[in-house]
Amino acid sequence: MALVWTGFAVVLAAALSYAPLFVRFAGTRDTAWLNFLLFAVGGCFLAAGLWRVFQRSGARGAKIGASILGVLSVGLFAVFFYGVTVFARSIPAASGAPQAGQHAPNFTLPCADGKPVTLAELRNQNRAVLLIFYRGYW
Amino acid sequence: MVAISSDQTSELRKLAASQGYTFPLLSDPNAQTIRTYGVLHERGGEDGHDIARPAEFLVDADGLVRWSNITGSIVSRLRPETVLSVLDQLQAKSH
Repeated sequence: MALVWTGFAVVLAAALSYAPLFVRFAGTRDTAWLNFLLFAVGGCFLAAGLWRVFQRSGARGAKIGASILGVLSVGLFAVFFYGVTVFARSIPAASGAPQAGQHAPNFTLPCADGKPVTLAELRNQNRAVLLIFYRGYW
Repeated sequence: MVAISSDQTSELRKLAASQGYTFPLLSDPNAQTIRTYGVLHERGGEDGHDIARPAEFLVDADGLVRWSNITGSIVSRLRPETVLSVLDQLQAKSH
């Protein structure tokens, strides 16, 4: 049963570590490979633990407990997989965005202290301007 | 470098203070500029609020878009080294 608990703990860490920790580093954020690796390691522990528990005769309580942890682990993996593959990609295509070589529409928007900023003045003050559109924090 | 979102200016001040950002953060609460740039994520925010989908545009001094990055996933973002290499390439081309 110790193997099952270890596996479940690793799966839990895999599911919960992405948003607060691994998303901060580009290398572990783009594909979440480290989280998938943790899921795989946890899955191996769980599989080995479940196999052992079900090899034993009797031990009904352990079999039920191990099965519940196994099902919970599969559920956690499913939610995580959906989040980083389907949900994270469910954004509009930006088909109307200006292409390279096209004119960048001018704008006037307030900055953090409320002062209006225009693209024209940013262009005059700099050799080039990088516009970063982000989702925001609401 | 400027960053644009549909956040209110009060939210921008909080973000700049917490992250130590010194570049301008611009507020587009009605998503007017976001819409003009074709990067609107309709009702993508809390309570059906219109927000921007992540995207970056490099604009030259003549006002032309020289390069853009339209990510397909909200977790896969532009890296600083990518922008620097694009700038190097564009500079090499113009010489």
